[in-house]
Amino acid sequence: MPTGSDPAIVNAAARSSSPTQGRIGPAVSVHGLVKSYGSVRALCGVDLEVAHGTVLGLLGPNGAGKTTIIRILTTLLKPDAGSAQVDGLDVVRDAAKLRQRIGLAGQYAAVDENLTGLENLTMVGRLYGQPRAAAKRRGNELLERFELTDAANRPTKTYSGGMRRRLDLAAALVARPPVLFLDEPTTGLDPRSRLQLWETIERLVAEGTTVLLTTQYLDEADRLASEIAVIDHGRVIAEGTADQLKDRVGGERLEIRLGDPAQTGAATAALASMTDDTPIADADLVTVGVRHRGGAIVEAVRRLDQAGVAVEDIALRRPTLDDVFLALTGHAVESNDSDLEDAA
Amino acid sequence: MRRLVSDTLVIAERNLVRLPRAPELLVAFTVQPIMFVLLFRYVFGGAIKSPGYSYADFLIPGIIVQNIAFGGFVTALGLNEDLHKGLIDRFRSLPMARPAVLAGRTLADVVTNSLSATILICTGLLIGFSFHTSFAEAIGGFGLLILFGYAFSWVFAFLGMLVSTPEAANSVGFIAVFPLTFISSAFVPVQSMPEVLRAFAEVNPFTITVDAMRSLWLGAPAHNNVWGAVVWAVAIIAVFAPLAVARYRRAAGQ
Repeated sequence: MPTGSDPAIVNAAARSSSPTQGRIGPAVSVHGLVKSYGSVRALCGVDLEVAHGTVLGLLGPNGAGKTTIIRILTTLLKPDAGSAQVDGLDVVRDAAKLRQRIGLAGQYAAVDENLTGLENLTMVGRLYGQPRAAAKRRGNELLERFELTDAANRPTKTYSGGMRRRLDLAAALVARPPVLFLDEPTTGLDPRSRLQLWETIERLVAEGTTVLLTTQYLDEADRLASEIAVIDHGRVIAEGTADQLKDRVGGERLEIRLGDPAQTGAATAALASMTDDTPIADADLVTVGVRHRGGAIVEAVRRLDQAGVAVEDIALRRPTLDDVFLALTGHAVESNDSDLEDAA
Repeated sequence: MRRLVSDTLVIAERNLVRLPRAPELLVAFTVQPIMFVLLFRYVFGGAIKSPGYSYADFLIPGIIVQNIAFGGFVTALGLNEDLHKGLIDRFRSLPMARPAVLAGRTLADVVTNSLSATILICTGLLIGFSFHTSFAEAIGGFGLLILFGYAFSWVFAFLGMLVSTPEAANSVGFIAVFPLTFISSAFVPVQSMPEVLRAFAEVNPFTITVDAMRSLWLGAPAHNNVWGAVVWAVAIIAVFAPLAVARYRRAAGQ
């Protein structure tokens, strides 16, 4: 990522509507953000930073406060306390100016169902202040890029869920914003549309767009985000790359499925000295954290064989973000209370 | 200011472009009012005494005012839908003039109201209504009608932002406005009503506006009705436009 220090270059970049180049400082920085809805505290002091041209994934269950963060950063909501800058502009003080430089796409696919795809994009372009002809040209360009040209002149109520989501994302890109906010971009999509949208987002990032996205899907954060912030109950409880987060949970582990659940005792005894912590047995599955990846499987099989334990299946597994979440919060991603987020 | 005008026009265009694609809306604007004119003229008309005028002459200014007050219903429904489908969020994240979403919506109503009023006038002319005044007065009456409809668009804009579902907007709007239009001089002379209703009917803005229309189209004694109607319309806008805009900011800020 180029970071020019020449003020002239910086100003030129600020004026141009192409994805940010040569800007100093982070694309998004958030300090001590607090927001309450009545007596419910949605955010209790959130700090975040997103470098230019990278993707930050806000990962958390429903009600964690992810959507509230997005709504504050896109000027839809004012924080109670704390501050946030996007592309160098304050989200409260410079809100009007900032709206020129951000794009928002969300889980609701906010397109007008009675307008065609082209009419939707042209409308958004004109609301960005573009003349009609330019807005139409840009609309056609985006439809082409999102493979919606065939449906350009059909009312969007005839579109599939995936097509609407793509149009919604296209609408967010009309003004070529350097920073893009995606609120659960693939929630409710079928696997194929999901993959398509992931590829589109990856292309945008490759072109230099900074992306802040929220997701409840660990595989989505794992795939798209260069950095992940785990949010729970309005706080950032962990931050780092997917690998760093996985390391926090511990190294790799062996998962051994036994032929006979009655032998778990013998199995854990045989494997105990291979690990720093205690092997965990759950029905016929024994999980053992290992110090060294190399030779771990062979060593385990040898020991179990000597102890006369029959092994059905054995695998070395890296911790997933599911494990990360469970370890950090004490609860699984799916089972959190969801009383708040939709109001947010 | 220039942004406000151009953004308002973009939003108004958006709301008009979709009209031909929503046949149920077109029916609401055309067939339904014609049906009501025919029902009142031929079902009730024979039983209602309208001293000084034929019932066709008496009815048309009344029913046209009632019809235009409901023209804003699409605004309530449309805004409520926009709110729930996330479109308002999109608009608010754009660098557009803030009041434009509401101003564009109500401006679109002016166009549909004009269309619907013209259809009603033509229907009226076919069933025996005629203008008894000068061309200028007739046009003035049309202008007053559109102004009154515009005022009610703001009432419905506020309502649309206030309630949680389009269905709620529908029933609240209907319950609030429908009796107002009937307890007025729109369909029967207020003299025929029981005392309490009559007292209400006489100060009802619908009565004042309908009477103003009758003076501009039929030459009925004006008293202060024309000015009264204009003042009412302006007052309704002055109260409900800021309320609707405030509600827009708040509803969208949650």
